[in-house]
Amino acid sequence: MMREQVDAMETGTSTTMTSRTLEKSIGTAYDGVDPVPPREDIREAAMRPVLETGKWWWTAVITLGVVVIAGIVAWVMQLRDGLGAAGYNNQAFWAIYEADLVAFIGVTYGGAVVSAVLRLSKARWRAPLTRIAEATALVTLPIGMMFIVPHLGEAPRIWELVWPPYWNLSSPILWDFFAVSTYLLATVVFFYLPLIPDLKITLERLSAGPDNLKTRTCKKLYTVVGGNWIGSIPQRRVLQGALGLISIMIIPMAVSVHSVLSFAFSSSSRAGYLETIFPVLFVVGALYSGVALVIVMAAAFRKGYRLERYITEKHFVRLGFILIALGATYLYLTFTEYLVDGYSGTIGNAAWVRQTIMGRYWIPFWFFVVGAGLLPLVILAFRRTRNVKGIATASAIILLAMWVKRLVIVIPPATEPLVKSPLNVASANWGTFHFTWIPITITLAATAAIPLLLLVVFKFFPILPVADMEEMAAEAEGLEEDLSTLSVMASTGNSPSGDRKEIMHANA
Amino acid sequence: MTSSSRQPVEIATRPPTTDAQETPSCEDAGLSRRHFLERLGAIGVAGALAGTGVLEAASGHKAGAVTTAAAQATGASSKPAHQWCMVIDLRYCNGCKVCTAACQEAHYLHKDQTWMHVFTMTNASGNTYHMPRPCMMCEDPPCVQVCPVKANFRTDEGLVLVNQSRCIGTRICMNACPYQARYFNWGPAKSAPRQPFPQEPEWPVPQVEGTVGKCIFCAAMLPMGKIPECVSNCPMDALYMGDLTTDVAVNASGQVVKLSEFLAANDAVKFKESYGTHPRVYYILGHDQDLENDEGAG
Ligand code: SF4
Ligand code: SF4
Ligand code: SF4
Repeated sequence: MMREQVDAMETGTSTTMTSRTLEKSIGTAYDGVDPVPPREDIREAAMRPVLETGKWWWTAVITLGVVVIAGIVAWVMQLRDGLGAAGYNNQAFWAIYEADLVAFIGVTYGGAVVSAVLRLSKARWRAPLTRIAEATALVTLPIGMMFIVPHLGEAPRIWELVWPPYWNLSSPILWDFFAVSTYLLATVVFFYLPLIPDLKITLERLSAGPDNLKTRTCKKLYTVVGGNWIGSIPQRRVLQGALGLISIMIIPMAVSVHSVLSFAFSSSSRAGYLETIFPVLFVVGALYSGVALVIVMAAAFRKGYRLERYITEKHFVRLGFILIALGATYLYLTFTEYLVDGYSGTIGNAAWVRQTIMGRYWIPFWFFVVGAGLLPLVILAFRRTRNVKGIATASAIILLAMWVKRLVIVIPPATEPLVKSPLNVASANWGTFHFTWIPITITLAATAAIPLLLLVVFKFFPILPVADMEEMAAEAEGLEEDLSTLSVMASTGNSPSGDRKEIMHANA
Repeated sequence: MTSSSRQPVEIATRPPTTDAQETPSCEDAGLSRRHFLERLGAIGVAGALAGTGVLEAASGHKAGAVTTAAAQATGASSKPAHQWCMVIDLRYCNGCKVCTAACQEAHYLHKDQTWMHVFTMTNASGNTYHMPRPCMMCEDPPCVQVCPVKANFRTDEGLVLVNQSRCIGTRICMNACPYQARYFNWGPAKSAPRQPFPQEPEWPVPQVEGTVGKCIFCAAMLPMGKIPECVSNCPMDALYMGDLTTDVAVNASGQVVKLSEFLAANDAVKFKESYGTHPRVYYILGHDQDLENDEGAG
């Protein structure tokens, strides 16, 4: 095997084969040549964002860029005026930034966990979606982590969080910090590994084009990060193994991130935060909004780059069914939380449940119930609305409603007075969070940063996982051939070729 | 006993000690009157520093040379000389909020930073009463445990303090405190004239923008034999500063009581004891007065 690998690396530069069939490649596969036939149509579609820069691309990037810059300006204003300028006060000590933190780290789940689960379950249909999903995870996680900065009262001292002598290991915030950092690393690896075979292909494409600065930079970049990939069977085996491993690892990592994030709230004695259901609720909520974000992004980029042939309505419908399952679970968990807390009737719990459902917070709460619960279910239930447009609209509404739900999670318990008359709870003095333009602008900027960064990412990396899709295509063809061989076999009594089976196995 | 499960609190300048053993038993009840008065004198009313040296030896945590030297001079060993506590007699508080104002004036706080907050409560017959709430100086303080950068700590004299030059402003301690006793500096801190001490946990004046502040039991005044501003200014004598070690407590008028007997005789209670925080503030309730003792949230 070692010998073959060395050979493979030596011959690696001459793999520009155009019309090979699976059959032909069997003989050369072990000599270190890519056994999977290339598919020109897939390559062309995947490379579209890299090669063409339309007017709309610039319009989108500039528009989104302006929003992001407005967010940065808002943050500078906040640094100047203090957190009070963001609407905080002693009785609303946690509010919008904490909700943003949960919401934006949450939406990374769609890319990370869904893609990992689909990989592990060997769902073939996933292939065209994975790059968009994984790239979404890659860009949203740093955006989510960024919310730690405006959330802090003394942002310039943020270095203390990475200074081990100051670490207090009993603090949930520190657990968050560790969990999110590990998760970030895993997300990068998870984006990078499936990209390796594609880098080679991108390099070939770019070499064929004009030789300008961008091409040269990309060439350098791809040569460094792409390694010596030639697509031989041993390399594919290693890559598949690594991908399998990271797919398994990223799931508990992602689960731990949101569980630990929920501990920052639930490891306190505050009614409405002290909920054993929080870790589960947070994880499911993250998955729910995460899938919704993948749908929205997939719909947008599909339209922008004319990928309808690869990302079909079927993909959206399938993701839509995943949405229904997650949405129903989330509603159920919320219902149990509210029921138990409301029913128990202890002073603190009864107060926040009442205020949330029918008191001062009833509008956002019911907006969530309708927007993230009933409306998407209705849209997805009817065949007439169960199309790309309908599902993408439902997902956009879910994203907004789930953000509002995070506000409903964070604000009511924070504003609940902790010292109240046991005999006259109603007279207690609730706090109020005053929304100001600063945190709203920062939140909008973070939202705009997601498509902005994706537009940039796909300027450098193919939007479809070419190698993965080619393998799938080859497998599908191989499968058809296998079936035809089988039928021949049935009539003639011969056994099918063992060689090809081995190739199939390696590719799976 | 909770003390064994309590996590050690890091203190910068002193060897760690466990405070629990120092909590006195109330056995030395048979104190002579003369002896008693001697000890009371030490606590004294604002500024009256009697000669027993109890207070001079106080609060060795202070990095300030004066107190450390005093502690050494009186031969204070690693055993803390005091365990501070407060007694609040709700029967006498009339809700005038002089305590709040005095505290804010002394510590240069904004109006919304009510380190001593006087809550208005309603009793069964619909009448109101008042409940002043300083920091409870919890023996097992959740605010200390949750801070990611160890900006909160507990001295071995039982004072829970905030290091505002360490605090990064996550506000998770505001979430953790069951008594709503923590206040943030949401904007520029109120300016203060030049202070005799540097800005430090025992004397957080002026406050630091973007960090958390709270009642400090007037930590810097205690070693000088002064009782806290709120206590010394209460016109109704509703507040007592106490020391569990010497078992005395004193109010604004200089009335001194034997702490353990006073608490026992008046059925003193602690606020939200079911939370396991072991507060060091005792409340004496009058007829028809009550504290919310919600059996935990969850
Ligand atoms: S000064 Fe005394 S009487 Fe007035 S509110 Fe404070 S504790 Fe009550
Ligand atoms: S009352 Fe609150 S701030 Fe004071 S020690 Fe207890 S938990 Fe900490
Ligand atoms: S003890 Fe001191 S810091 Fe605490 S409330 Fe009273 S005056 Fe303010």
